Amino acid sequence: MWQGIEMLFQHPSVNVKYILDGLFFGSIFALAAYGLALVWGVMNLKNLAQGDLVILGGYFTWYFQSALGWNPILTLPIVMFIMFFFGWAMYALVVKWVIDKDLFTSLLATFGLALVIQQFINLVFGPETQTAVSELGKIKFYLFGGRIVVPEIRVVGVLLCAAVAVALIVFMKRSRTGQAIRATAQDARAAKVMGINTDRVYALTFSINSAICGAAGALVAMMFLVQPFYGITYSIRSFVIVTAAGLGNLPGVITAAFGLGVLEGYANNILGASYQQFIVVFALVVVLVWRMIRLRKARMVLE
Amino acid sequence: MSIYKRDLMIYVGISIFSIVLALVFPAYITQIAVMFLMVILAQTWDLQGGQMGYNSLGNIMFFGIGMYVSAIIQIAMLYGWGGVGEYTSASGSIKVEIIKSNYLYGMFIGAFAAGIICVLFAFVFGQIFLLFRGPYFAIGTLGMVLAVAELVSSWEWVGAGGGLSLPVYPAEDPTESGRLYFYCFLAISAICFAFISWVVSTRFGLALNAIRDDEAKAEAMGIRTLRYKVSSWMISAFFLGLAGAIFGNMSNFIEPLEVAFPTITFGVFMVVMALLGGKGTVWGPVVGAVIFHIIKETTWTYMLGYQWVALGLLIIVIVIFFNQGIMGSLAERYPHWFGIKIEEDAEEATS
Repeated sequence: MWQGIEMLFQHPSVNVKYILDGLFFGSIFALAAYGLALVWGVMNLKNLAQGDLVILGGYFTWYFQSALGWNPILTLPIVMFIMFFFGWAMYALVVKWVIDKDLFTSLLATFGLALVIQQFINLVFGPETQTAVSELGKIKFYLFGGRIVVPEIRVVGVLLCAAVAVALIVFMKRSRTGQAIRATAQDARAAKVMGINTDRVYALTFSINSAICGAAGALVAMMFLVQPFYGITYSIRSFVIVTAAGLGNLPGVITAAFGLGVLEGYANNILGASYQQFIVVFALVVVLVWRMIRLRKARMVLE
Repeated sequence: MSIYKRDLMIYVGISIFSIVLALVFPAYITQIAVMFLMVILAQTWDLQGGQMGYNSLGNIMFFGIGMYVSAIIQIAMLYGWGGVGEYTSASGSIKVEIIKSNYLYGMFIGAFAAGIICVLFAFVFGQIFLLFRGPYFAIGTLGMVLAVAELVSSWEWVGAGGGLSLPVYPAEDPTESGRLYFYCFLAISAICFAFISWVVSTRFGLALNAIRDDEAKAEAMGIRTLRYKVSSWMISAFFLGLAGAIFGNMSNFIEPLEVAFPTITFGVFMVVMALLGGKGTVWGPVVGAVIFHIIKETTWTYMLGYQWVALGLLIIVIVIFFNQGIMGSLAERYPHWFGIKIEEDAEEATS
């Protein structure tokens, strides 16, 4: 650990590497967290299966690439399309029945879903870590005289991530459906009175979230690794980011996601990858305590 | 006879019945011992999840900490503190001549220390985690147990991911050790049942129920909520620590992810069992644990790897369609069995 810290001062250029790593991580976290903020804000669902949806999307990409030989970048829209309908099925079978119940019911139901997805992936594809290799990944950029290596696929991944995010924001702000979703988030009863079919909006919101997770997963499979049991860490990360940023605060989500990404970039390189979950949970506790101290001034609690 | 005494008598009856069962079918003694472990897990979870309304997904952490504390103390008593981490599974089980009284003494000290250390952990962690409410508590505790499991599996002194192996009970015949652990679990579960059902019937239990129903109002009525919450967690942690210590000895070998901090097995089972039986009732967790364990033991091996998928589906089905649990629906139909008095109609009262 001390060697890692000494490195920072001896070779200041490694900072660039850590921050770049963090930005690559953070762009994916931002997508998954935005999906969570959407379902949380619209239907008050704390989705613990968020990370497992990400991993499921990643496995679709990996399967298309390794078994069918498709280019992973082209699989991104296909995975989003499949995950959209997967989300719709999940909503109709499970989520629909729990959204009006108490909070722990929905939390536990989505935890059950997470278990089903994760074990299903494990049974079908096996417990090994997988990555979807693309032709693009062969090229690498060398910065600072070769001291920092950036694979091209990661740069492309971040651009794709930004494209998905922009498309989503435009959809939410400009389209009629996006307007209906925002109206339901503000006041479901009033939206119903105005003739919005809120049940349909809920289904659509959950499906969109699932598609976003699918896109994030495809990017994870391209840029990093997927493994059946990595899902829960992504879920906790999404919770950290959404709790830190608050609901419906898109710039906040992006800032928090990049912040968490950079924190993990430093922690992974200095402490080693075996403290990954510890760092995420530590960030969660810090964020929760910090929000609680701030709310305490107004004599409020985080419900 | 008060409800509490009646419950205690019924539990003593069940214990005697299970002793007879264990003597008649000695081949199933380990399964019956694990069933009592399940009862402990479900009941300690229910003290938070059911009575206090704090749905923890990380109570299994105390189970694992208790197991490790007891294992470290037992190994240290035999070999000194230096070489604890050398007794990994790779080096094989500990080969040393120990006599029964030494083993039992070590196990007793280990289990007792495990309980105490777990209480301390619950006290410290409770000051932070029990401030979070609702979903934040559930997710925070889930993260907590994952993080602790990760830290333990990279801690060289306790054997890291390789785990530790414990001294073996010097038994003359192979069934003897099974009987020992069976009686240990039976005793712990009986004490746990007696203590928790007593605690729930006192003012302390009422305070916990008040916290569940409306924490802000409970605080306004002068209940020091954090103190009650932490105390309740400490009670659960003590019994979980004891159970973990005995379970470590029973399995002879402990390892961070599968044995000591089994988040997706025991950690999920305890929630499912309490929900199946009916949370917030004294008998719910017991009934849920017994039924769940019997179903699990009879069907688990036939599912060919699909057990976990089935477990996930079971959680979803229980949560959606059977939210009240067995005892919850019974309490609705026969309230007088549970000591719930329903005011009679005026007509009936006069006639």
